[in-house]
Formats: sequence, structure tokens, C-alpha cells
Amino acid sequence: MAIAAPTRSEGVWRTAWWRFRGDRVGMVSLCIVGAFLVLILLSATRLVASDWQSEVGVPNAPPTLMGPRPPEDLGTIDVPKGPNVDLSDVDPLAPRYKEWAERAAKMKTVEVVRTQTLPFGGDRLGRDVMSKTIKGTEISVFVGVLAAVLATSIGTILGAFGGFFGGRADDFLEWLYNVFTAVPDILLIFAFAAVFGRGIGTVVLILGLTGWAGVYRQVRAEFIKHRGREYVRAAEAIGASPTSRMFRHILPNVSHVILVRLSLLVVGFIKAEVILSYLGLGVPVDQVSWGTMLAEAQSELILGYWWQLAAATLFMAVFVTAFSLMADAWRDALDPRLRGAE
Amino acid sequence: MLLSIQDLKVAFRLGERGAVTLTQAVNGVTFDIEENSTVALVGESGSGKSVTAMSILNLLPDNARREGRILYQGRDLLQASLPELQGLRGKEIACVFQDPMSSLNPVFTIGQQLMEPLVRHLRMTRRPALERAEALLAEVGIPEPKRRLATYPHEMSGGQQQRVMIAMALACEPRLLIADEPTTALDVTIQRQILELIAKLKEQHRMSVLFISHDLGVVGEIADQVVVMRNGIVRERGAVDAIFSAPRDAYTKALLACRPSLTDIPARLIVIDDHILGAPQPRTAKPKDADAPVVLAVRSLAKSFWLREGLFGKREFKAVQNVNFQLRRGHTLGVVGESGSGKTTMGLTLLRLHEPTGGEVIFDGRNLLTLDDRERQQMRRRIQIVFQNPYASLNPRFTIGQTLVEPMAIHDIGSNTTEREQRARSLLGRVGLDDSAFGRYPHEFSGGQRQRIAIARCLTLDPEVLVLDEAVSALDVSVQAQVLNLLKDLQDDLGLSYVFISHDLAVVRFISDDVLVMKDGEVVEQASAQQILAAPKQEYTRRLLAAIPRGYRAAH
Repeated sequence: MAIAAPTRSEGVWRTAWWRFRGDRVGMVSLCIVGAFLVLILLSATRLVASDWQSEVGVPNAPPTLMGPRPPEDLGTIDVPKGPNVDLSDVDPLAPRYKEWAERAAKMKTVEVVRTQTLPFGGDRLGRDVMSKTIKGTEISVFVGVLAAVLATSIGTILGAFGGFFGGRADDFLEWLYNVFTAVPDILLIFAFAAVFGRGIGTVVLILGLTGWAGVYRQVRAEFIKHRGREYVRAAEAIGASPTSRMFRHILPNVSHVILVRLSLLVVGFIKAEVILSYLGLGVPVDQVSWGTMLAEAQSELILGYWWQLAAATLFMAVFVTAFSLMADAWRDALDPRLRGAE
Repeated sequence: MLLSIQDLKVAFRLGERGAVTLTQAVNGVTFDIEENSTVALVGESGSGKSVTAMSILNLLPDNARREGRILYQGRDLLQASLPELQGLRGKEIACVFQDPMSSLNPVFTIGQQLMEPLVRHLRMTRRPALERAEALLAEVGIPEPKRRLATYPHEMSGGQQQRVMIAMALACEPRLLIADEPTTALDVTIQRQILELIAKLKEQHRMSVLFISHDLGVVGEIADQVVVMRNGIVRERGAVDAIFSAPRDAYTKALLACRPSLTDIPARLIVIDDHILGAPQPRTAKPKDADAPVVLAVRSLAKSFWLREGLFGKREFKAVQNVNFQLRRGHTLGVVGESGSGKTTMGLTLLRLHEPTGGEVIFDGRNLLTLDDRERQQMRRRIQIVFQNPYASLNPRFTIGQTLVEPMAIHDIGSNTTEREQRARSLLGRVGLDDSAFGRYPHEFSGGQRQRIAIARCLTLDPEVLVLDEAVSALDVSVQAQVLNLLKDLQDDLGLSYVFISHDLAVVRFISDDVLVMKDGEVVEQASAQQILAAPKQEYTRRLLAAIPRGYRAAH
């Protein structure tokens, strides 16, 4: 290092990345999250799962692994033997049968060959559960990440102002915080949902507007702690403005807290979206998310069609677990206090 | 022989996940502690003195590896099991640590904490333990011991807390007391009392003391034997009079020389490297111009804080009141006082980092306290501050380059970034750091280097007055000498004026022309530096002077 004489030595982020790379669990979960992101990107650019709406299999087609469903015993009564009885005399519609047959012949119908099995099975309309889950992943993760970014931004900005300035501004924000936390979360979400109506944007907005309180509280505490530190005092002494002190000096020093909080919110909001959609307050009917899939799966499960539930749950469990573990590894890598410990 | 440390080596396993490195903290230390004697372990931070002492009872973190032998009354403590060690801890060998505020548990009363070792080691029941605790408090000189048993640590002052720590250490009548920098966090007057207390208790209980300190002055007053350590090895070992009157090792000589003394004032302090290399002292001080123009005049400056009392009540706490002084160009005003005397608040008020309650600060003919925001921003350039803790005063997420360029960008000094960076690099050279520092982060530097960077940051703005708030108090003596020399050089070259705030009278004497002595927010004495030391008028100043450790004196 001395020979190279670096004009710029390893930054805080570089060292954090270096430390993160040493964490095997963290790296594996990062790869999984990365794979999910690639999948979402492909789905968003319509390279995969663009035809999730088409009914490609028989209704409730079982997964390929299980093989086609045995033909059901429909329990019909035996077809009577002997010639058909001619009812033309008494049938009032009889004269028009021929006319209808002609018109029907003019219509062109394509008999779609519906597959008996699908890789992950099919839903009650015969749509491919695999495509549905991929499309659902796109929506759910998008909603989770965007809502978390919104909530974190609101919380960070309010927390920074409250913590840095204190006094009246802080009192007002604390009052707002108290009001928000005094109302049960789910009630608050319902209230917002009732006002805004349905749609993906609405879900993002609802979650963002209800979830900022925790971030606010923690960022506020961090700012109170840092505003009296000597490096902030020193910045004031050289004439740095309050905005510069808040966002140029203090914010990078509390960024690890915010980042970890953000990743926790992503996990929480993905679950919240699932709950909302399950309750019918989430994404609209013409779109699919993990939540709507789980809502459908409820009625299917009674009939023994478990695959839609399994697919949605598997994707969600893998993503959420990987994301949480990754956030945990990031926290360890970014916390300067752990530096040098074995 | 009570305790014998033979060829002790301590290494720490560092690094993460796979890439394990061993860092040698102590490398072959040997010394003995006789019965009923005081051995002092002296060295600068990082010398391994605390690690040596903590390895006696294995109070080290898990990643430490110890080798060698530590014989306590013939038993090797390195081989002892944890239950055996726990039997010794507190009972035979007791410890007192540096910071009494964090050594006492804030949620238990003094009485409860004092009774714990009595109940645990001596199997006493509640009532006799309580009586013994009361007797112990009386012994360490705490007034009204019975009432104090029921109080919590935060209700006591720092000195009283350290007395309680000593009482706890003495509870089981240990044979050996390990005192790890027990007076470093305390004011000089309190330090004096604690030193006397330890010496008295040592005589009464006929115990041995292992006294760890970075300050040779303190050590000279209390020790029988002195062990000087540097970088994990023992540089010199001997009786206290031999160490002070005829030191053999170059490092010991340098340590003795680089501390500013109250009696003779050199133009520059000797730095350890100079001394070891035998380099001559290069420069002499410029004589001060007694008629230099006054840059800063302060008249009846006051600062009050409002404390809440009851539901709606407020009480005024006067942190600073009625401070008057004049500071001439190129001169230094020393401000001394114990902690809580309001000297730091006074310094911050000068820069309006605290809003003053009253008074005037006339800077270059204008009152700083009535300026509007724009004029104030202009004035900020000309009066700057260096803080006490070099580890906290630099933004850890900024490179040194960013730290130095920022103030210039705020005040439009230099026309573009390249010019500013060039200026920053030349200032780094000015404070004695090389160019490679520019792109590095603060955590890569030592305390002394960081303090140089903080000084360079102030210099980017071409200030006329620097407020130095305990700027060298957190540094080792040798580093302190380097930074003090740098400050003197800068003053000679740039004509800076300093307001030098410190609790250390010797340092203040070295650098100041005039001295203010503060107590409880008020100035009790104000005179030239020579006058204050030679003929202090106030009782308080005399007490401060008398409390300064003076090292070993043959007559004592």
C-alpha cells in the first residue's frame, strides 16, 4: 500500500463491501436476491411470463411431477339403447336446427389443446402457476421496495429535522408520530385504502404513509446523538449551513442505520402487501401478486389443489429469508464498531 | 515476593474470517512486586502497560493469547482455572479502573455495590456487611458514610466515585491493588487527594500497589519501583530515585524531558525522537511585541443555561459570568480551571457556538454578538476552534482532502477545486503530514496526527484567532510536545493569537503570555503567566498550583 501511494484510500463503503464478501451466509443470500432481481427484470421487460393470463392447461391442472389427473367417474346414467325417439313433431325449435347448424359452420372456432399437466400446476382457470408466480414476484417485490423507499425517505427527512433542530419542530413531529402510532396499524391501512381506492400505486402510498414512524423515531435519535458531536460543531465553526450539516455531515454517518431499517421495511411491506391483497384491498383483479395468489389458494386448498399455495409460499419464503439475512450481513459489515474483531 | 511476572508475552488474534493475524501487545515483560511496595508501570498509550496488568487476573478479551509465567505467591496464574481466578479476584488482588463513572453500576446504590464482594468472598450476612461498608466509606474519607450508603453513583462527584471504587477494592483486604490510571479522568486537585489516599491506605493495610500511569510526574510521587514500557517491552526498570536522577535509557530521558515544567520555560519542548537522535533544538522563540494591536476584546461576557425545575419552573444556571480580557496579535491567553468551571463554555460562546446571554466580544472593532447572519459568516473565517477529542472532531466519512477543501468551498477561498486542493496539500505539509494523507480517512491516523489535521482545517480559512479547547489534553506527553511546538511555530510564522483552554497548568505556562483562572463560571485571577505562577494572589490558584504532581523529589 505504501508503494502504490494511493491518492485515495479505501472508502468506508469499499471496506464494508470487503467485509461483506467474507460473510458466506451474506454472500449466498445476496446471490439469491440478485437472481430474484434478474427474474423481476426479465418479467418487467416481458421476456418471461408475459402470457400469464392465457389459459394453457386444463382447470386445476396438477404439476407435471404428479402426472395427469385420472378421468373422473362422472356418475352419469346409462345411455338408453335402441333408436332415438323422433321428437320433431312436438319440438317447437325443430325447424330452426338446420339454420343454426349452418350459422355455426360459418363461425371459426379453434379447439385449444389444453395440456393435462403444467410444471407447477394450473389454477382454477388453467393458467400456469409458474408464470403467475413470476409475475406476482414482480408486483410484490416492486410494491415492497418502492413502499419501503417512500417510508424511509419520509421517516429520514422528518427524523433529521426533528432531531437536528429540536424545540418546536421536534414537538410537532413527535405529536404527529404519536397520532400515527396511537392508531392500530391495520386500521390505519384500512382507512387509507378506503380513501384512495385500489391500484398498485395506492398500495405503495398506503404502506409508505403508514410505515415511516419507526424510521423517523430511530433517525431522530441518531440525529440527536450526532448533532452535539464535535465534528458537527467543527462544521458549524467553519460556517457550514444547517442543511449541509444535516445531510452532508450527519447523514452519511447514520446511513447504516437507515439502510438496515430500509431492508427490514422491504420484508415487512412485502408481507403487508400479501395481507392487503388477501383482504381484497391490494392490487386490482387484473393483476397478480403473491397476496392474490394466496387469497385464491384458500378456496382451492379445500378441493385439494395445493400447488398454487405452495408456489407462492415457496417464492415468498425464499426471497424474504434471503433478504433478511442479507440485511443482517450488511448491518455487520457497515457497523464500524465491529471492525477488527475476530 | 508477592507477584513475579516472568517473560510475559500477550498477543491478540485480529482480522476477520480466515485472515487471522497476531498482534503482539506485550513482548517479554519481566518484573517483580515485593510485599508492601508500590510498583509503577509507565508508558504512553499503546505501550502495553494496561494489557500487562490485566493479564494478571486474565481480565483480557477472549482473543488474547498469553505466554510466560505470572507467579503469585508461588502459584502460576496463567495456568489457574477460572474458578480459582474468581477466588482471587477482589479478594487477594483487587482492581481500580480509570473511569469511575463507568465502573460503578448506575442502578444500584453505593451500599449494595459495596456489600457484594463482602457477601460473596467473606460470606458475611447483611447486617455486618452493611456495617463494614459504612466503615470502608469512612476510611476512604467520604463524609456522612451512613447516609451515602443509600445514594446512587450519579449523586456523587467524580472524585467521590473514585473513592467508592477504592473502598470496593479494599473491601476484602487484598494483598495487591492494581490501579489502572485511577486519576487520569480527574481534576488535579482531586488527583492529589486520591494519590494521598492510596498512599495512606497502602501503609495502613500493608498491601502492595501496582500503579499504572502515563504521567511520570504522578508516578514520581507515589512509587517505590518504576517500570518504563514502550511498544510492549520494558525499556528501563529501577528504583524511583534512580529513574528520576540518573535515567539510563534514552526513552526514559526523553519522557522526563518532553513534559513542560513549571520552573524553566524553554522556547520549544524536546520531542522524543529529537532526544533519542540527539538532534539540536533548531529555533528560538521570537520575542513577543507587547504593543501589538488588540484583536479580541471581551467585556463582561455571560452565558446562562435554563434548567427545568418542577412542572413549569425554570432556574438560571450561570455557566459563565463577567469575563473580561484583551488578546493581542501573536499572543496567547491561557484559561485554566477545574472541570465545570465554565472555561469550555466561554470558548464556545466566543465563536457563538453557544448563544451568549450578555456582554460584548469586540473583534477588529466590531461586536461579534450583534452581527447579522451574513456578517457573522464573514467573521467565522477569522476566529476558529480546535476541539479536545481528535477522535470525534473529524467527520469519519470524509477523506482528509474533503475535510480540508470544504471550508474553503463554503467561504469561496480559491477559484476552483484544483486550487483549493493544492492549498490543502500545502497546509498538510505545513502541519507536518505528508501528501499521501490527502486521500485517506481519519481512522487511519493517530490522535496526534488527527489533531494536526484539525489545526490544518482551521488554517484553511486564514484565521486570526484560534480557540484551542483542551487541544492537547487527550494526547500522550511526547505527542503533546510535538503539537505544542507546532502551535508555537505557527504563531511565530503567521502571527496567530490563541485562546488556550486547559486544565493543565504546566502546559498553559509553556504556551501562554497571560492566564485567566476560572472557578464556577467566574474569573478569580487574571495576570501574566509568570506572575500567576510566581506569586498567585488567590487561595484557589495556590491550591491548583500545589496540586500539580512534581515528580520525584529527593527530600520527600
